[in-house]
Order: sequence, then C-alpha cells, then structure tokens
Amino acid sequence: MAQLQPVGKKDDDREDDSEYSPFYGIEKGAVLQEARVFNDPQLDARRCAQVITKLLYLLNQGETFTKTEATEVFFAVTKLFQSKDIGLRRMVYLIIKEISPSADEVIIVTSSLMKDMNSKTDLYRANAIRVLCRITDGGLLGQIERYLKQAVVDKNPVVSSAALVSGFHLLQSNPDIVKRWSNEVQEAVQSKASLVQFHALALLHQIRQNDRLAVSKLVTSLTRGTVRSPLAQCLLIRYTSQVIEESSANPQSGDRPFYDYLEGCLRHKAEMVIFEAARAITELSGVTSRELTPAITVLQLFLSSSKPVMRFAAVRTLNKVAMTHPPAVMNCNIDMESLISDQNRSIATLAITTLLKTGNESSVDRLMKQITNFMLDIADEFKIVVVEAIRSLCLKFPQKYRILMNFLSNILREEGGFEYKKAIVESILILIREIPEAKESGLSHLCEFIEDCEFTYLSTQILHLLGNEGPRTADPSKYIRYIYNRVVLENATVRASAVSALAKFGAAVESLQPRILVLIRRCLYDNDDEVRDRATLYLNYLNGGGNEAHSKTFLFTSLDVPLVNLESSLLSYDASERRFDMSAVPREMKHQPMLEKKTPASKKAAKEAGQKAFANGHLTSSASDAYEKLLNSFPEFSGFGKLFKSSPLVELTEAETEYSVNAVKHIYPQYVVLQFNCTNTIKEQLLDDVSVVVDTSEAEDFIQVASRKLSSMPYGAPGQAFVAFQKTEGRLCVGKFSNILKFRVKEVDPNTGDCDDEGYEDEYQLEELEVTAADYVLKTVVTNFRGAWDAINAENEMVDEYGIGVRESLQEAVQAVITILGMQPCEGTESVSSNARSHTCLLAGQFIGGAQVLVRLQFGIDAQKQVAMKLTVRSDDPEVCAQIHEIIGSA
Amino acid sequence: MEVSAPLIKNILLLDSEGKRVAVKYFSDDWPNLASKLAFEKSVFTKTQRISARAEAEIGMFDGYVVVYKFISDLHFYVTGGDDENELILATVLQGFFDAVAILLRSNVEKKTVLENLDLVLLCLDEIVDGGIILECDANVIAARVAMRGAEADVPLSEQTISQALATAKEHLARNWVL
Repeated sequence: MAQLQPVGKKDDDREDDSEYSPFYGIEKGAVLQEARVFNDPQLDARRCAQVITKLLYLLNQGETFTKTEATEVFFAVTKLFQSKDIGLRRMVYLIIKEISPSADEVIIVTSSLMKDMNSKTDLYRANAIRVLCRITDGGLLGQIERYLKQAVVDKNPVVSSAALVSGFHLLQSNPDIVKRWSNEVQEAVQSKASLVQFHALALLHQIRQNDRLAVSKLVTSLTRGTVRSPLAQCLLIRYTSQVIEESSANPQSGDRPFYDYLEGCLRHKAEMVIFEAARAITELSGVTSRELTPAITVLQLFLSSSKPVMRFAAVRTLNKVAMTHPPAVMNCNIDMESLISDQNRSIATLAITTLLKTGNESSVDRLMKQITNFMLDIADEFKIVVVEAIRSLCLKFPQKYRILMNFLSNILREEGGFEYKKAIVESILILIREIPEAKESGLSHLCEFIEDCEFTYLSTQILHLLGNEGPRTADPSKYIRYIYNRVVLENATVRASAVSALAKFGAAVESLQPRILVLIRRCLYDNDDEVRDRATLYLNYLNGGGNEAHSKTFLFTSLDVPLVNLESSLLSYDASERRFDMSAVPREMKHQPMLEKKTPASKKAAKEAGQKAFANGHLTSSASDAYEKLLNSFPEFSGFGKLFKSSPLVELTEAETEYSVNAVKHIYPQYVVLQFNCTNTIKEQLLDDVSVVVDTSEAEDFIQVASRKLSSMPYGAPGQAFVAFQKTEGRLCVGKFSNILKFRVKEVDPNTGDCDDEGYEDEYQLEELEVTAADYVLKTVVTNFRGAWDAINAENEMVDEYGIGVRESLQEAVQAVITILGMQPCEGTESVSSNARSHTCLLAGQFIGGAQVLVRLQFGIDAQKQVAMKLTVRSDDPEVCAQIHEIIGSA
Repeated sequence: MEVSAPLIKNILLLDSEGKRVAVKYFSDDWPNLASKLAFEKSVFTKTQRISARAEAEIGMFDGYVVVYKFISDLHFYVTGGDDENELILATVLQGFFDAVAILLRSNVEKKTVLENLDLVLLCLDEIVDGGIILECDANVIAARVAMRGAEADVPLSEQTISQALATAKEHLARNWVL
C-alpha cells in the first residue's frame, strides 16, 4: 500500500500538468479590470505585456469586445508608448492592429506612431509603418507619404518590406498616393533582399496591372534575369503567362514569346519555382505536346518525391492536363499507379481519376479491380470524385458499360452518405440516358436500390424516371411491383411520386391500365391528402372519356414555366380579385450576367445581381399579356389601343420602409400608363383613398388624362393605383415624373382589427420615375442576325461615330449602351472577352410603331481607357434609324 | 485573367482536440466566428487521423488547399485558395513551424505555446500581413519576434541563429506564471 502511494500521486501530477494552462479560468471582465495597470504612473512593463497577451488570447478565442470596451482598452494601450521596454512596444503594435480603432480614435496614436516611424531603431520603424497604414484613413496618409516613399528604398529589408506590403494594401483605398511611389518601388525590385524583391515586384505589378504595355515591358526586362528570390520568380512566372496569354505567337517560327523563359525556370534550384513554371506551361492556352513535354517530365519526377506536398501538387496538375491532353500524361501512368496505394488519400484519389482519364479501353478492367479495393477505405468525398470519373469513362467507352454499371450498382448497395449516393444515382441516370443498351440493367439496379433507400429525394427522382422510361421497355409490368411497394412502405412524399409513376404506366401501357386503376383506387384511402389528391386526379384522367392524347400530354410533359417564376407569381397572387392565370407566369428565366470572373467573390456578386434582377420581376411577353388584360378591364384605359410594352418593375421606395411602392410603365402608341403597386407594411394602419399625384414639370411632353385610385389598402395586401398620360404626337417623349403617394390613414388595433372612422390625410414622397427612350424599344430575339441584317434594305442604313469617354472597361461601355437602347443582345455579343481592345455587339429590337431595328455596335478602347463607338443602324423605317441615333446622341 | 500574388487565407494552430491555440485569418471568406470554427472543425476532423509528423501533409478541404504538420499535441495548418501553388503554402508552414521551434527552444507543445503565447502571436504577425507573405525564413521571423537588433545596431540580416536563440532563451527565462 505504502509502495503504491507514490505511483498514484505521480499519475495525478501528470494529469494536472496536462490540464495546466496559464489561461485557465480566464474571464473577460477580470482582464479588462487588469488592463487598468496601463494607466499606472510607474509602468510595470512585464505585467503590462502579460495583460496584453491575455487580451489577445481572448480575442483569439473568438471573444468580442463591445465598442466601449474596445475604446477603453485602446485608450489605455496608448499610454504604454511612454514605456521604453522593447518587448512591450512590440505587443502594443500588435494589439492596436487587433483592436482596429475607429477613425476618430486613430488620431490619439498617430503622433506616437509617427515618432516611432522616424526612430533610429529599424524594427520600430517597420512596425510603426505597418500599424499606421493598417489603421489610418486617406487624410493622414498624405502627411506620412514622404516617409513611406523613403522607407520603400530603405537599406534595411524589414523597413522596406513593411512599406511595400502596406502599399500593396493601401492601393485598394488610395491608389493615387501609392502610384506616386513607382520609381522607388522599381528601385526596390533590384534589392538584394529576397523578400523585398518579392514585395516590390508584387506592388509594381499591382500598380501597373491595367496597363498592358507596361506589364509587358516589366516582364521583358525582368525575364532577362535579375530576379533571385524564389517567391519573386513565382510572381514573374505568373505575370509572364498573363503576357503570353495576351500576345500572339511569332507567325514565322510559331514559337511562343517567353516560352524559353518558362522552360528555363524548370531548371531553377527552388522547387516552388520549378512547379510554378511547370504549372504555367500546362495552363498555356492551346499548348502543344512539344511544349508540354519538359513540364510533364519534371512533374513526373515530383510524383516519386518523398514529400506528400510535392506528390499532391504534381498529381493535381497532371490530373488537369489529363482532361485536355490525355496522351501527354500517359508516360506517367506507371508512377501514377503506384500512387493508388499512397497513404495520403487525396493523392491516391487524384491518381485514380487521372488514370481513369488517360486509360484506354483495354486497361479498364484492370483498373476497376484496383479501384474496388481502394473504395473500401476512403471517405465519401473522395468516392464522389471517383464516381464522377467512372461516369465520364463510361461515356467514353460505352461498350464497357456492363462492367462500369455493375461497379456503380455494387457501390450503391454499400454504406454511404446522401451526397455519395446522389452522385451514384445521378451517374446511373446519365448513363441510362446516354447509352440505350444500359437502360434496362440500369433501371433494374435502381429498382433494387429504392427497395431499401433511406433518402426521399433519391427515391422520388428514381420513381419519376421509372414512370417516364419504364413504360417504354420490353416488359413494363415488372416495374409495377417495385413502385407499388413504395405506396405501401414509404413516407407521404415518396408515396405521392409512386402514384404519379403508376399513373404514367396506366396511361402509356393499355394492357396494364385495368390493373393500375385498381392500385390507384387503393390510394384514395391514403392518410395523406397529397397522395389522395393525386390518386383522384389520375383516376379522373385515366377514366376520362377516352381523351387519351390529352391525358398523355398532361402526364408526360413537364410544366412549361420555371418553378421559381410560378412560385413568385403565386406569392404575389391575391385571391380576392381574379382567377390565377397560368399564362401570366413568366416563361423565361432571367439570363445571368455572362460576366463571370475567376474570383469567387465576383462570381457570387454576379449571381446575386442575377437573383436580384430576377426578384425585381423580369417580365416577358406573356406577362405583358396579363398586364394588357388587366388594363383593358378598366374603362379609363380600354380605349388606348394595343399595349406596346410594359417595363420591368421600378422600385420607388427603399426596402423596408413604411409603404413599399414599385411601378410599371405601360407604353401605348399615344399614351403612357403608370401602374403603381403599393403595399402597406404597417400593421397598425389602414389606408383609404390611395392615389399617386404625379408632377410632370420635368416631363412636359406628357399630359395627364386619367387616374385611378385605390379605395382601400389594408396591411400587407398589395393594390394598384394608375395614372395615364397622353404623349405629344410626332416626337419621342421622355421625361422625369416626381411622385407623391396620397392617402387617408386610419389607425387599426392589430389585435382586435378595430379601426377608427375618421383618420387623417397624409402623403409620402416617392422616388422619381423616368420614361426613357429604351421604353419605346421592345427586345426581340433574332436567331439569324446576319440573315435579318441582309434582309433589310442597305439604303436604310445610318452610320455614325461617337466618343463615349473614359470607361473602366469595354464591358462597362457595352452594358451602358445596351441599357440606353433597351434592345436584345444577339449571339452572346453582350459579353466582352477579358482584355479585349475592341468588340462588336449586335442588338435587335422593335421600335414603337412596329418597325424592326437592328443595331451593330463596334467599340474600341485605347490605353487611356477612352472608348469610341461606331453605331450602324438598319430598320425598315428610315425615321427609326434617325431616332436611334438621336437616342445615343442625346444620352 | 486575374493574376494575383500568392495569398494565405489563414494560419491555424490547434491542439490535439481541435481546439484553438492561436489562429489568424487573412480572408473574409469566413465572415464570422461560427464559420471560422466550422472550418477549423472540418479541417481538424479530416486530418486528425493522419500522421503529419515527419513530413508536412496536404489536402483539399471545402475547396481550399490546406498544408499541415503536427508535433506532440499541436496541429499547424496553413490554408490557401484552390489554385494556390502548394509548395509556397508548404514553405510558409515550414517557416511558422520552425520559427515557433526556435523561439520555444524546440520545446514545442501546447503547454509551452500557451505559456509563450505572445511569441506565437507575434510569429503569426511577422509571417503574413493581410494575406501577403511577409517573411518565411524561420530565423528571420524569430529574430523579428524577439525584436533582436532593436537595442543594438546590428542589422537583422547579420544576425545569426545563435543570437536568435539567445533572445528566445532570455524570454523563456522570464516565463510568466499567473
């Protein structure tokens, strides 16, 4: 017993040790209290540094300080500049950056930091520069610019790097100031210090990136060899490939400029440079196999490196090359096969998928054997990659579908998450569609799968497919059992889609119909109403007096409107007024802008912009039919003739204001009707006598002829008010309308619904609404622009040239002109390829009055970003050509 | 084609349970604490069973390239975008890893890191500034963290590893205990 005692004690000690942390039980409030030591007249430097560490620890763990707390800490920290302790000063720099004081607080430390910036100690200077540039705003920058400029060429690399990296960040917010450092930065590129060279080159390129000629010169001079730093060399390789991308090959020898430089880098002593160059070569557009060979050779050497990072980098790059140049990668197949057993599963997966891409038909069987073993011990995400590779392999070698389909069905039966199973099912669905021979076996694999499938989404997908494909197979009856089993065993969603699938068999296969009817009738007693509704509906159709063609179209064609559009139409549909009109649902999806850049941020922005445009209600011809019906139902507007065009919704209020109003401009040959869609978003109010008063002092060509009030507008129910104008004849009437919403407010008790009788008059200022030339042009789609162009008499052509001024890019100029004209871009010519210096854009439309207009826009941009445009218009009506020119001329 | 300098998205130092020891994010790909913690958890779970002790390991997680290296109860990670040069990321990782080792006199474990958290945080600050690689030579990083050369006028480039070590020793000597 006595012997055991110390052993047990020792163990306890060790446990305590592992639990030990200097921050154990740390608490924000207490640390903030401790921070008062910063205010002591006799500063204890070590103690202060400890407290700063604790504050940083809290921030690092995700703790946040309130505005007041941050301000207090910041002010206290500024006191610490009094201390001469070096370690403490370094911590002060760090915490100022972490707290990132607000603009009005920055001023407190500015002078201390500026003093440090002029200190004799280089490390103080470097740190002070970094801190000051991080927290400063543009105004202060002017004051310290001179120091920064000098710092760029400082002899101490730490100072120089600090200034250069800070410049790199400042370039976003204060480009003008940083651009003035060009000469100093250029000098720093020649620095002997490796990192300084890297930072200077990055900044120099960033400053000049929009000037192609300057970048090209930079690359030309530097590739002759003064760059020693490996990181800078990697940058130079990136810039070089950009220049190569933008220039054309030498027409005589067919040689690519700078290719020799890239190839030379393959012999560099730093691995990161070798790899960067090899990757750059594989990514050259239109790379030849001769150019590829040396790059592939070094990547092949990487494959057998002892370092996982190098193997990964190489196999990932080769994997990409295999998509476009499979033969070039085939030399690496032996090394690649040995990577299948690599400990790093990412590397193994990439190796397998590369092999699947480069493999030929005869190697498929051997490969599949290796993969089957491999699949057992990798994670789902890797399995998905393999499944996708197998799918494309199968599409490449359709004769091998049997073995590949078997493989897919085997892994379908094994354990796996939703995403993985989904990838397999989707692959089988694609193979069924693409390879007719694979259909029957694929369908039966899927049937077996749904017998034991835990994912509703996949079951319904498969049932849908069975319904469409099953009836057309040799023996449709064998699928009925699988489908009906779903009705008996599954949840409501799956049961409902099973009923739909059954109905399709009933409609398509006459011999099965009586039996199907029996099965569907049983579903009439289902306890879910969707299932019962479907069963009732299908029974009616199938018994429906023999109109077979009708029921088949109903069952087999999918809804011809996008579901999103249907959803938004249904949401805005107000049950009380009129029946929901299916034909009023927009049929076209709003095109997403083609302007997708590589960076995820801009991609996201483009997507959001697309969605926003969509939410704003992109209205197509079918929607304007609905508008026409609506307008014609009012006697005031029914005599206006044929509606020419209705604009998209224009928001006249900010989001989330008390009253939300948007407007539609309806254009008639002689009239314009403004429709105001108003929504009251205040629960406590009922609005009566709602009208919009329109002031036309900036739209003198318009004379108000009629208006229509909205008698009552309760909370949340949208309603419309209208105002109609007559246009002055013989001219293109444009102008700005300023609008005021007038109404009588009645207070409502939201709980009881009671409302007071009196109420009071009130008004609400709306934003202006503008009728522009584009409102008189209808977008029309021309499938053969060339043909349509030639079909119009060339005599009716008008050409003129315009200067558009300075634009950020050609794309911006093109977009601006399209918006002004409101016409439909044809043949995808609305998107400008990046870095293009000239562009031709084709537009088609119909002008008010009915004349067709075709427009050819030729743009050019020069180094100063001046954009010039040549506008060629053809129309059946020469008058219209002149008007289009007038629109551009006055814009 | 957008050409960019190599960018570091984040540097993470987690313990053997995936908890934060010190982290630094340089990208707003992760806008809030929850998404950061989710990323750390995802990366940790996907790598915890891998032995990344002798050589740095690498993987693609959630669309990012992550290089990592483990020692005792600590996991070091460096994350870059999906088309970043993997070898550059590995160089940054090595710089961080070695600089911490120099500063902690090769005594790299969670306990000593926490006891010298100030040094490790400064290390992160000296390696990357706003996503741009500031320095990846471990000796230089360690010397700058220790503010070596701030008292004397010895240019940093002439500092030796032994000087950096001396600074580190000095710091460890005044190891603070709460």
